[in-house]
Amino acid sequence: MEQQISSIPGYDTDKELQQFVEIEQQKARFHAQVHKFTEMCWDKCIDKPGNRLEAKEEACLTQCVERFLDSTHFIVNRLDEIRKQQ
Amino acid sequence: MSERCFVKCVVKPGTSLELSERQCVAKCMDRYMESWNVVSRAYANRIQTYSSDS
Repeated sequence: MEQQISSIPGYDTDKELQQFVEIEQQKARFHAQVHKFTEMCWDKCIDKPGNRLEAKEEACLTQCVERFLDSTHFIVNRLDEIRKQQ
Repeated sequence: MSERCFVKCVVKPGTSLELSERQCVAKCMDRYMESWNVVSRAYANRIQTYSSDS
């Protein structure tokens, strides 16, 4: 089916489909990361779930995500430096 | 979410899920979903700043 449509001259279905799949995969990766971060940062930031999310807790969650990404970045860079020194 | 809220709300599992435990689980679910949104926003913002910087 796919083969047939893409074989029509000037019809870019293959490319469109590839793009669509790529975007969907990106969305899935984003979703999976958010899932992981929420679990990790929930454990760090939420002591006892109250009637609403406190400003303090919200700030903690945001900072948790940002500092985790900073740490990852730092580690990758440092590993790279260590590798270069060898 | 189920794991997280169970840990927070059902400290000593009894013979049935108590009303207070159920209320806690409901509250915990709401807060967890809010947290999900906060985390999602923070991560999306970060990706955006990062991709506009480079």
